[in-house]
Amino acid sequence: MPEQLVFAMEVVLNGLMAGVLYALVALGFVLIYKASGIFNYAQGVMALFAAMTLVGIMQGQVPFAHLINATFGLHVTHFGWQIPGFIAILLTMAVMVLLAWLVQTFIMRHLIGQEPIILFMATIGLAYFLEGVADLMWGSEIKTLDVGLPQGINLWIDERTFNIFGYGFFIDNLDIVATIIAALLVAALVAFSQYTKQGRAMRAVADDHQAALSVGISLNFIWVLVWSVAGFVALVAGIMWGTKSGVQFSLSLIALKALPVLMLGGFTSIPGAIVGGLIIGVGEKLFEFAIGPLVGGATENWFAYVLALIFLVFRPQGLFGEKIIERV
Amino acid sequence: MMLDASEGYVTADGRQIGGVVMEMKNITLRFGGVVAIKDISFDIREGEIRAIIGPNGAGKSSMLNVISGFYVPQEGEVWYRGAPRPPMKPYEVANQGIARTFQNIALFEGMSVLDNVMTGRLNYMKTGLFAQALWMGRAEREETENRAVVERVIDFLEIQHIRKTPVARLPYGLKKRVELARALAAEPKLLLLDEPMAGMNVEEKEDMSRFILDVNDEFGTTIALIEHDMGVVMDLSDRVVVMDYGKKIGDGTPDEVRNNQEVIDAYLGVAHD
Repeated sequence: MPEQLVFAMEVVLNGLMAGVLYALVALGFVLIYKASGIFNYAQGVMALFAAMTLVGIMQGQVPFAHLINATFGLHVTHFGWQIPGFIAILLTMAVMVLLAWLVQTFIMRHLIGQEPIILFMATIGLAYFLEGVADLMWGSEIKTLDVGLPQGINLWIDERTFNIFGYGFFIDNLDIVATIIAALLVAALVAFSQYTKQGRAMRAVADDHQAALSVGISLNFIWVLVWSVAGFVALVAGIMWGTKSGVQFSLSLIALKALPVLMLGGFTSIPGAIVGGLIIGVGEKLFEFAIGPLVGGATENWFAYVLALIFLVFRPQGLFGEKIIERV
Repeated sequence: MMLDASEGYVTADGRQIGGVVMEMKNITLRFGGVVAIKDISFDIREGEIRAIIGPNGAGKSSMLNVISGFYVPQEGEVWYRGAPRPPMKPYEVANQGIARTFQNIALFEGMSVLDNVMTGRLNYMKTGLFAQALWMGRAEREETENRAVVERVIDFLEIQHIRKTPVARLPYGLKKRVELARALAAEPKLLLLDEPMAGMNVEEKEDMSRFILDVNDEFGTTIALIEHDMGVVMDLSDRVVVMDYGKKIGDGTPDEVRNNQEVIDAYLGVAHD
């Protein structure tokens, strides 16, 4: 087998895994957009917030320590205990549910029936506010997140591929775990929305508010639920990205990576978010591999956006989005 | 016809009607300076088919929206099953056993007919999220029970052949029927129909009339409906409220209403000289 083809195979595999992580972030957007028509700009910051909270809880950090110290002249930073990853994840999830309730009660509830652009602006405000709160609560230094996920090269794959191709593929264990977790997450979300009462209610609200009210569904409750689920997805994304590249401000920028994914997959489709993520992941890695050397590299920074732009021109609703029909 | 709240009466076709289920007391509803409903009172009795009719813009839909909680009147009280009802959200009203359909059909277009009708049972599903996630015995039993009710309704309204069809693909007349099925699945104590026959052809109207009568007959459901097609209403209903410009101008059996001079004027127009 020609050497280039073997390299390309490795690139595709790595691209697929990167795509899964993009899809994870895009999924959070789709959930909220479907159920309430809100494009949640804060999704990336929610992932950052979730990751910071998780680290903070695990390390037994005192929340708002800086504020408390400055106000009362104290010097507290840590409670002095460590909390195991699994329990910390559950506690963080509780925090995300609380956040969902706060967002719905103090922001979104008062904006029902407003123009989409106003709702969008509100989420931009939320993003910056949440970012500030995250800094104030847990401090702004870069932290490492380790909830016990395996990391580093997968030797099994390395060995097998070496035996077959005479060249060992470099596949990160974390990427494999991320892929499995993402698959489980999606399966769980689908099962939830298809087979549970709350899932049915969620789909109903996404479809028609008035009709949902008339069968006895509380919109407020469903929206808190949707923001909670989006918070959960943000937490999962935060754990994956945080483990990979540290918990730091730039984590919130993964939201920007989700944009082209959404344009490709459609804003309203869960399968779309996944397929879109995979296409972008593979596309940008392959493009960098094939074309990158010719143009001096760094194509990964812009490839996804150009691809999205092309899609916008030829298929504005995305691959799986609802068809845009103008009624006259 | 003057009756006490607890008293019943016997209809022209010999059905026994019970006491008052819902009573509107001096309802006034304003939108800014516009008075949509002005000081209207009437009652709905158990087991009857009660119609609210009137020319376009008379305030019929507003009245239905007051009953179903979509609008909150500025003045007056809504009494439900013998007690005044505090201001409520529409979903809370639905939870009290009041189901409704809409003039412009509000269905979940993306879902199948079966899923749409199943949403009518949401209030009957009490199992917790985790039990459902694990599909434990109780959750499974609950799903089966609710499914049975839904299948009965689907059977009753003769929409078995489209059970799995996405609603968006159905023609208008069938959509109306699916909406009725969803409302019926909730086994409502009071069923509100907002212009159930609007936009239908003669055959579809006849079908719908038959279903409304059958529902009332078979399940004993109390029905309040809005219609501006006089002919249909007179055949269907036991008692009729007539509204015009937000006021009540007539209330009684179809025959009484038909011979009411004010009603005739409102419908045919009258020369002001």
